Amino acid sequence: MKLQEYRSKEILARHGVPVAAGETATTPDGAREAAARIGGPVVVKAQVLVGGRGKAGGVKLAASPDEAAARATEILGLDIKGVTVRTVLVTPAAEIAKEYYLGLILDRGRQAVTIIASADGGVEIEETARTNPGAILRLPLHPLIGLQEHEVRRVAFFLGLPAELRKDFGAILRGLYAAFIESDADLAEINPLVVTGAGRLEALDAKIVLDDSALFRHPELEALRDLGEEEPSETAARDAGINFIKLDGTIGCMVNGAGLAMTTMDLVKLAGGEPANFLDIGGGAKADRVAAAFRIILEDQNVRAILINIFGGITRGDEVAHGIVEARASLGRQVPMVVRIVGTNASEAAEILRAANLITADSLDDAARKAVAAAGAPG
Amino acid sequence: MSILVGAATRLLVQGITGREGEFHSRAMLEYGTNIVAGVTPGKGGQSAVDGQVPVFDTVADAVAQTGADAACIFVPAPFAPDAMLEAADAGIPLVICITEGIPALDMLRVQHVLRSEGVRLIGPNCPGATTVGGAKVGIIPGDIHRPGPVGLVSRSGTLTYEVVQAMTDAGVGQTTCVGIGGDPIVGTNFIDVLEMLNADPETEAIVLIGEIGGDEEERAADYCAREVRKPVAAFIAGRTAPPGRRMGHAGAIISGGAGTAESKRQALQAAGVRVADSPSQIPALLREAGVR
Repeated sequence: MKLQEYRSKEILARHGVPVAAGETATTPDGAREAAARIGGPVVVKAQVLVGGRGKAGGVKLAASPDEAAARATEILGLDIKGVTVRTVLVTPAAEIAKEYYLGLILDRGRQAVTIIASADGGVEIEETARTNPGAILRLPLHPLIGLQEHEVRRVAFFLGLPAELRKDFGAILRGLYAAFIESDADLAEINPLVVTGAGRLEALDAKIVLDDSALFRHPELEALRDLGEEEPSETAARDAGINFIKLDGTIGCMVNGAGLAMTTMDLVKLAGGEPANFLDIGGGAKADRVAAAFRIILEDQNVRAILINIFGGITRGDEVAHGIVEARASLGRQVPMVVRIVGTNASEAAEILRAANLITADSLDDAARKAVAAAGAPG
Repeated sequence: MSILVGAATRLLVQGITGREGEFHSRAMLEYGTNIVAGVTPGKGGQSAVDGQVPVFDTVADAVAQTGADAACIFVPAPFAPDAMLEAADAGIPLVICITEGIPALDMLRVQHVLRSEGVRLIGPNCPGATTVGGAKVGIIPGDIHRPGPVGLVSRSGTLTYEVVQAMTDAGVGQTTCVGIGGDPIVGTNFIDVLEMLNADPETEAIVLIGEIGGDEEERAADYCAREVRKPVAAFIAGRTAPPGRRMGHAGAIISGGAGTAESKRQALQAAGVRVADSPSQIPALLREAGVR
């Protein structure tokens, strides 16, 4: 789960990372008042979770409170990669002497929380990795003892920080690490970490991505989820315990298991169709979850057919078949359904499906072809 | 011969009295797996799966009394890290964790401890491992297999069953099938299993099933090119996955342009691996490579 910039900064500030004072606003008047309270020139920044907001016109400088209101008028309501801006962060315009990149990531290959640091801040780290990989330090940390002082020193020397800033830098890196560990993050980055005109270190922008699997023990962080930026159908799916991602095609997919769900989408495409979604109903799927999956898929008016592909294992095929038949009976909108159930209790499942007159398929390739054909036919 | 599990395995199931634990323990017993013990704290002295398996309060008790040498974990995510550490502490050398949704930072610590103690961890968030005709440990349906010369390693669950079923339907049998799990931090990676299958005299060919995210498949491709002389066929899921979105598995995400299906397919093809467009093509690719 990604956190907005201002949320990420709040967390970092609580861990002693110097962050410029800022206020969020959802209206131009709010932005004017915030700018007046802050005083001096400010930056008005769109709060969206997608990247590239600067290029999209979502970050603007304002010399006065009235100008801040004008910039907020331009930014609020702006569409950035399909996301409508609803909140801006108003923050003092800092004079920047130098920009660094400082981040922590969960490095799956090294199986360690790893420091990523670069003296080329202010650009995307992936960009630096492509153009100048030697400018990046990657330092994996020990999983049991965590960040050590010699590692803090090593990063500071790598970045070439002036001696007088090393102490403050240590506090920032330790704070970033504490924030990462305590919030169970996948990523915590400060980009850029700047030296201001006054010669102080400050986090100008920050991003924290949380580990979804750890949210169960962080209800206070789960509460920060920005529902305004999510597809409503994706919110409904999560509440029902379903993994769902909306796409642009016409063939709804309901599958158990993430790998098989991706494969089903791939085969729909290979058969000449376009998947309308990724949907994994998860292990041990019950009738109520199947019913919820139907509702979520059919809310998408582009959906012309549904392909249901269930391979038993932890999921019992007969339960799924019952769920499909029951749920189908209560649906407001009917579309053709191609159902394939294999594995645990598959023969019981097949009997239930046949009795309900659903389109069945022998193989996944066959199911994909039938679904593409069904979506092409009217009704 | 086979790898990881077999007829000699003496299995212990942690969480055996839970719904999934009991359901799958019954299926494992039906397959012929030798489950010697179950563990559920507070239910020691009882028995599970219709009296077929004695239940102990601790893994240490179970090991002392039954000589269990492998553990399969069905414990809910908040308690699974502790269950893995308990199995390692009791001296069990092979731990297979089915549980999904374990926090990654917990897994970093658990994996570090298990590795330093020489414990082989499979998973978490994996379907387990089955040696055909020997033992099934986990949740892979038993009846999809047939004995034969092909070893299989996969990051996925149900997609593994799909491929195995396609192989069995085409008359291509298996030695051992291993699901390594779809989480970012897993105990055993592709290369670990490739190494075992490469060394296993009964395995004549290998199937690798990957998906978007990370660079495990690219590294496996590199290993295949350098070390594996047996034919390898592969399928990579997620060619239609949009970048920046987590596709169900915590590890399945294309980020910063890396981890795409295309990059993995190209790396594998460059390493001489036969890459399928659909799971159903895997048997034909194996036949083409000379598998009987």
